[in-house]
Amino acid sequence: MEWGSVFIDGILATIGPVTAAYAISAIGLNLQFGYAGLLNFGHVAFMLVGAYGMAITVDLGGPLWLGVIVGILTAAFLGFLLGLPTLRLRADYLAITTIAAAEAIRLVVRSSWAQPLTNGVFGIQGFADSFFELNPFPPAELYGLGSLVVTGRKLWVMIVGWTVAVLATLLIRRLINSPWGRVLKAIREDEDATTSLGKNVFAYKLQALMIGGAIGGIAGMLLAIEQQNVTPDAYLPQVTFILYVIVILGGAGTILGPIVGAVVFQFLFFTIDALMVNTQANIGWVGDLLTPAAAGQVKLVLVGVGMMVLMVFRPQGILGSREEALIDER
Amino acid sequence: MFWLAAITLVALFPIASFAAGESIGGKLIQTVGEEKTPAEGVTVIVLQGGVEIGTGQSDAEGAWEIPVPAAGVYDAQLDTSTLPDGVGLTDPDKEVLTDITVREGQAKKVIFPLGVGSTSSTSSYERVGALFISGLKLGAIIALCAVGLSLVFGVTGLVNFAHAEMVTLGAVTAYFFHASPAGPQWPLIVAAVPAVLVGAGFGWAQETGLWRPLRVRNTGLVAMMVVSIGLSFAMRHLILIFFGGEPRAYPDFAGQPPIEILGISVVPKNLMTIGVALIVLAGVGLFLQRSRSGTAMRAVADDADLAESSGIDVNRIILITWMLAGGLAALGGIFFGLNEAVQWDMGFRLLLLIFAAVVLGGLGTAYGAMVGGFVVGIAVEMSTLFMPNELKTAVGLVVLIVILLVRPQGLFGTRERIG
Repeated sequence: MEWGSVFIDGILATIGPVTAAYAISAIGLNLQFGYAGLLNFGHVAFMLVGAYGMAITVDLGGPLWLGVIVGILTAAFLGFLLGLPTLRLRADYLAITTIAAAEAIRLVVRSSWAQPLTNGVFGIQGFADSFFELNPFPPAELYGLGSLVVTGRKLWVMIVGWTVAVLATLLIRRLINSPWGRVLKAIREDEDATTSLGKNVFAYKLQALMIGGAIGGIAGMLLAIEQQNVTPDAYLPQVTFILYVIVILGGAGTILGPIVGAVVFQFLFFTIDALMVNTQANIGWVGDLLTPAAAGQVKLVLVGVGMMVLMVFRPQGILGSREEALIDER
Repeated sequence: MFWLAAITLVALFPIASFAAGESIGGKLIQTVGEEKTPAEGVTVIVLQGGVEIGTGQSDAEGAWEIPVPAAGVYDAQLDTSTLPDGVGLTDPDKEVLTDITVREGQAKKVIFPLGVGSTSSTSSYERVGALFISGLKLGAIIALCAVGLSLVFGVTGLVNFAHAEMVTLGAVTAYFFHASPAGPQWPLIVAAVPAVLVGAGFGWAQETGLWRPLRVRNTGLVAMMVVSIGLSFAMRHLILIFFGGEPRAYPDFAGQPPIEILGISVVPKNLMTIGVALIVLAGVGLFLQRSRSGTAMRAVADDADLAESSGIDVNRIILITWMLAGGLAALGGIFFGLNEAVQWDMGFRLLLLIFAAVVLGGLGTAYGAMVGGFVVGIAVEMSTLFMPNELKTAVGLVVLIVILLVRPQGLFGTRERIG
C-alpha cells in the first residue's frame, strides 16, 4: 500500500466538492441543532428534496436557475411541513417525526408509484449540463500542485461549492449576530423565559428549521450536480448521522464549526477507511475475521461510536465553549 | 463510502448512467398438459434485500421485463392476486424467486411455473379478511416492540432510538442459535429463549454501562437522545459486519401451507404470532397492575421524585424496565424475522411504525403503545387495498403526523406530558 498516494487521495477528498456539500449541509444543521436546539434527525431528507426539486424542474424542461429556486423552496417547505405539528411539542417529537420522514420520503421517491416524476431507483441524470457549460476551465485539463491535481471539471464544482459554503457561513454569522439570532439562542437556553418576554418561540423555531432546511437543500443540489445524477439511495439515513458528527466535532453553535468539522471528519473518514481496507488485506487474522465489505463498514460503526463519545466527553467539539454546549433538558 | 467511490467513478465517466441495461424478465405461460396459454396482465415485482426495485406487467404474449439499476443479486415476486382465473403456481414456494444474479449488461430470464390454480379467484371478502389478519400480525409485532420503548420513556424520559437495534439483536441471536452453522441449531422455539435472555441482558448492559452513568453526570435529555442515535447507528453496522447484508429466513415454519378459517386462508404461523403476542402482552399488563415491581414502575413513570421519597428504589425499577424492554423487543424481533426475514436493518425499518404506535397511544403509556401497535399494524396493511404496496411505510408517517396535529398527547396520554 502506497501511503503517499493514500495521503494525497485523502487531501483531495478533504478539499473536494463532496466535503463542500457536507460542510454546507452541516451549516444548515448547525443552525437547527447548534443554535436553536432542534433535534432534526432527518436532515438528509432536506438534501433529497432540494436535489429532486432541482432535477425534476430541469427534467420537465425548466432552466437550471429555476430548478435551484424550486429546490430551495421545496426544502424550506418540508421544514414548514415537519415543524408545524411538532415544534409546539417537546424536542423528542421533532426527532421522531424527522427520522421517520427521512426514510418515508426516500421510499416514496424510489417507489414505482412515483416513477413518472422521479424515475424511481434509476434517478434523474443530465440536469446539470447548463452548469457545466458555464465552466471556464477546460474540463479534461489537470490543475494543481505536484501530485495534488484535479480535473478542470472538478475544480469548477469545487470553486462553486466552497464559495457557497463561505456565503452560507457569512449568512449564518449575519443572522446569529442579529436580534433574530439572539432570540434563537435565548430559546435554546430557556424557552419559558423567552416566551415570557413576549417572543413567539414557535415562529422562531419554525423559521430556523426552514432556513436550515433550505441550506440543506442547497447542499443536496451541489451533491447532485457534482455527480450529475440524483438517485434516492444516495440519501441514506447515515448521511444525517455523519452530519451530526461533523457539527458536534467542529463545535455545535459556532460559526466556523461546520466547515472545520467537515474538513477534519472527511480526512479522518478517508484515512480510517484506507487503513481498515489495508489491514483487512494484509494482516492475516483480521482478513479471516472480516470480509472486504465488512471492513468497509467499520468506519460507519466508528461514526456512531464517535457521535456517542463526542456527545458525552466533548460536547463542545473543537471550537465550541463548554457553557454553550450544555444544552438544557428540553 | 458512496461519495468517495462516486468521486472516482465520476472522474472516469463524467455521466453515471445505466446504459448497460441490466434487466430481469421472462414469460408467464400456463402449461396444462400439452396446452400452453400466456398469462396477460400479471404483476411481477423485483426486490433487493426486501426493498422494491421495480414492477412490471406481462403483455399479451405473457412476456415481462423489469429493468434493474445495476448488476447484482435480486429477488422476483409474482403477485398471485393478479393471475387470471384458473391460473396458479404449480409450486407455491416459487411465488418468490430468490438470489437471481444479474451480471453486467445481462437481460436475465427467470421462470415462474404456472399451472391450474387452486386459489383462482379471491373475493374482496377474502382479500379484506386476509389483510386484516396480516394487519393483526404486524400490529402484534409492533405492540411487542412498542411497549418497551414506551415504558423506558415513562421511567427515564428518554426516547431510545437504539430500541430498533434491540429488535434486530433478538432476531439475529435467535438466528444464531437456530440456523447458524456455528450455533447449536436448536428448533426456533427453543432458540427464542436465549434470544430473549440476550435481549434482556442487553437492556441491563445498556442501563448499567451507559444510561445510569450518564444520568449521574447530569447529561441533558437532548444530549442523551443524540447518544442513543449514535448507539443505534454503531450497533446497526456492527450487526451488518457480523451478520452480513443479505436477508435470511428461519428454516422452521418456512413455507407453511395456509389453512382456511371462515373462508379466509391464513398461514398458521401468523395465528401463532398473534396468539403468543396477546398472551405476552396480557402478562405485561398483569405484571404492571398486580406485581410490586410493576406498580412501582407505574409510580416512577408518574413521578420519580415522589416514588423515591416513598421508598421505591428508582434505579432498580429503571433497570427492570430496561430488561423488560430488551426482552420484549427481542421477542418482537423474532416474530418479525419469522414473518419477513432476518436482516441487519430490520429493526430500523420497523422503527417508524413503532414510533407511530407509541405516539398514537401516548408516549409513556404501556397500554397505549399496545393499542397503538395494533391500530397502526391494521391501518398499514389495510392501506394496501387502496394504495400501492410500496407506500405502506409512508402510511405510518401520515398516521404519525395526523396524530401530532390532532391529539399530540395520544389516545391514552394526559395533556401535561407533552408540553
